[in-house]
Amino acid sequence: MSAKTWTPKPARPAPANTVGFVGWARENLFTTKLDSALTLLCAALIIYVLDVGLGWAIVDASFSGDDRNACLKPVQGACWPFIDAKFGQFIYGRYPEMERWRVDWVFALGLLGLVPLLMPTVGFKRANVIFMLGFYPMFSFFMLTGGSFGLAAVDTSDWGGLLVTLVVAVTGIVGSLPLGILLALGRRSDLPIVRALCVGFIEIFRGVPLITVLFMASVMLPLFLPDGVNFDKLMRCLIGVALFASAYMAEVVRGGLQAIPKGQYEAAAALGLGYWKTTRLIILPQALKLVIPGIVNTFIGLFKDTTLVLIVGLFDLLGIVQLHFTDSTWATPETHITGYAFAAFVFWVFCFAMSRYSIFMEKHLSTDPNQ
Amino acid sequence: MQMLRKLSAGLLLLAVASFASTPAAEAAGQTLEIVKKRGHLKCGVSQGLPGFSTPDNRGNWTGIDVDFCKAVAAAIFNDADKVKFTPLSAKERFTAIQSGEVDIIARNTTWSMHRDTALGVDFPVVNYYDGQGFMVRADLGVRSARDLDGATLCTNQGTTTELNAADYFRSNGMQYEIVAFEKADESVAAYNSGRCDAYTTDHSALYAQKLKLSDPKAHIVLPEVISKEPLGPLVRQGDAAWNDLVRWTHYATVAAEEFGVTSKNISEMKSSSNPSIRRLMGQDGSFGDNLGLSKQWAVHIIRAVGNYGEIFERNVGVKTPLGIKRGVNALWTKGGLQYAPPIR
Repeated sequence: MSAKTWTPKPARPAPANTVGFVGWARENLFTTKLDSALTLLCAALIIYVLDVGLGWAIVDASFSGDDRNACLKPVQGACWPFIDAKFGQFIYGRYPEMERWRVDWVFALGLLGLVPLLMPTVGFKRANVIFMLGFYPMFSFFMLTGGSFGLAAVDTSDWGGLLVTLVVAVTGIVGSLPLGILLALGRRSDLPIVRALCVGFIEIFRGVPLITVLFMASVMLPLFLPDGVNFDKLMRCLIGVALFASAYMAEVVRGGLQAIPKGQYEAAAALGLGYWKTTRLIILPQALKLVIPGIVNTFIGLFKDTTLVLIVGLFDLLGIVQLHFTDSTWATPETHITGYAFAAFVFWVFCFAMSRYSIFMEKHLSTDPNQ
Repeated sequence: MQMLRKLSAGLLLLAVASFASTPAAEAAGQTLEIVKKRGHLKCGVSQGLPGFSTPDNRGNWTGIDVDFCKAVAAAIFNDADKVKFTPLSAKERFTAIQSGEVDIIARNTTWSMHRDTALGVDFPVVNYYDGQGFMVRADLGVRSARDLDGATLCTNQGTTTELNAADYFRSNGMQYEIVAFEKADESVAAYNSGRCDAYTTDHSALYAQKLKLSDPKAHIVLPEVISKEPLGPLVRQGDAAWNDLVRWTHYATVAAEEFGVTSKNISEMKSSSNPSIRRLMGQDGSFGDNLGLSKQWAVHIIRAVGNYGEIFERNVGVKTPLGIKRGVNALWTKGGLQYAPPIR
């Protein structure tokens, strides 16, 4: 009897309705009757929103023209020529057109320094930090304000649009983080006066709305100063925003500090580390990593809060978009909707980028072996 | 601690360094001297109001209020560009003028007794007579506010607008219903969607809002004006000479319109034999000297911005998108309120 080798039949393909898109859809979208109903409802909603949105933004929109007459069709969508005509204003504000290259340089150099700084794989971090925190602010200051090195002086009241939004937000972000960390450490300090000062500062600034801080800086301050002596308005706002944001930042950082187990402090003490070394080498790296979402949340909030500078007469991106609604050569029913859509899109791009980067950073810094 | 101390020292240094300029304390009665010395006029305008102060595509300010400041600059420097505009919010404006942040405010501010007497400011002159009015759909067949009996009105909450409308309807024995909204945009949207028969706010704003309706031509602004909103520039109290200069800057443009002097014919008008025109142009007398200006002060104003009629028509007149008629802002000789005292 010859030996028979048993060869299994080739496996039959999985039932057609459990693989591929159909299988996935059955699994995830149409599991039960309720699921199916919800899926169809959502699909209808998405299609409806896309239809209305694209219809407004593209199909019925106007794309060229020199004044309001371009945007007065019977069925009118977005009025993009308005954005096109005002684009320079929205980015630079009333910064003189001849001098706008200076703003471009500041933007470009900022991007050039920031991108490698944010990428963990790129080296030269120390040099980059010195460049970004030392040289770059000085460069931006002299470049933007002018009045030296043969550059024409540009008054800050002429700044506007995205330029002001970024200046206020970046100063607020860069200023508030170190100040907030110091305040948080101070609040947990054993020295009673330091603690009282920090608690007082944090509670006062957190207890009032940002509008109040800006308003005090802009309206009340001049009354206390001698006649004719005037702080630069933008500078007043920058300081106000940075102080305000640092109070919030302090509380976020304090949350991280409190999450560090006592054992970490004791271990550091056992190694013979002093207060500053313990804080710098053991506590802060762990605490800050824990509160990255909170920190970025504060940054995003701050970025959007910059729109409040409008009430003290500075025109940030949203402010200058609104300002140009009043130009009667462009007044149409769609002008302000288009303008708001544009401003919302720009804000969304910045906030979304910050949010994605924070998620990336959390993953990158994670020491959790299960991830 | 050390770090904190360093930080606070740094902040203090920053604060000191940012004192942009430190002009001499502005004593009362010297505004003109200070402005001349500084080399430009500092003018507070609104944060955007169609026809009054609004930026064009290149960010240059335009509008009636803007032209007013340009006229003052032209009178002082013979150069309408020597003026720096500071957009002020409604809340900031009075502090800005009191603290010397600006020399003059032309910010569609209503001249009221409270503001004139209690806030440390003076209103030298009225450069635009505004007032509350109504807008209705043309096909409603309403041609006068008196026909609005039983109408539903859209307006803004808690403003004098609402009270004025109530007063007007009550005093005329008419029925009405008010639908008030928080913001102007909401009121306009409600009116646009047919929620109300009429929309009421100040006349100049009615024309501006009309452009935002889906079919502006289907709506009309009724002729009645039911409240007084005299809009004018304001200056710090206590500098009578500066007050005079601002007042006569406006009167020069009104007088020029009355005598037919425009920015185009001003060169020919210099040789006019009309004594009124000769005095206006500085050919006879020395009226500019008394203001601390040159004899040609009015010529400089009119060459730069034109007479009052030109300013009006260029910014808000019937040929602009706003399309506002002169109405009460016509010259007194044409039944309006714009009246300049004699220059003599």
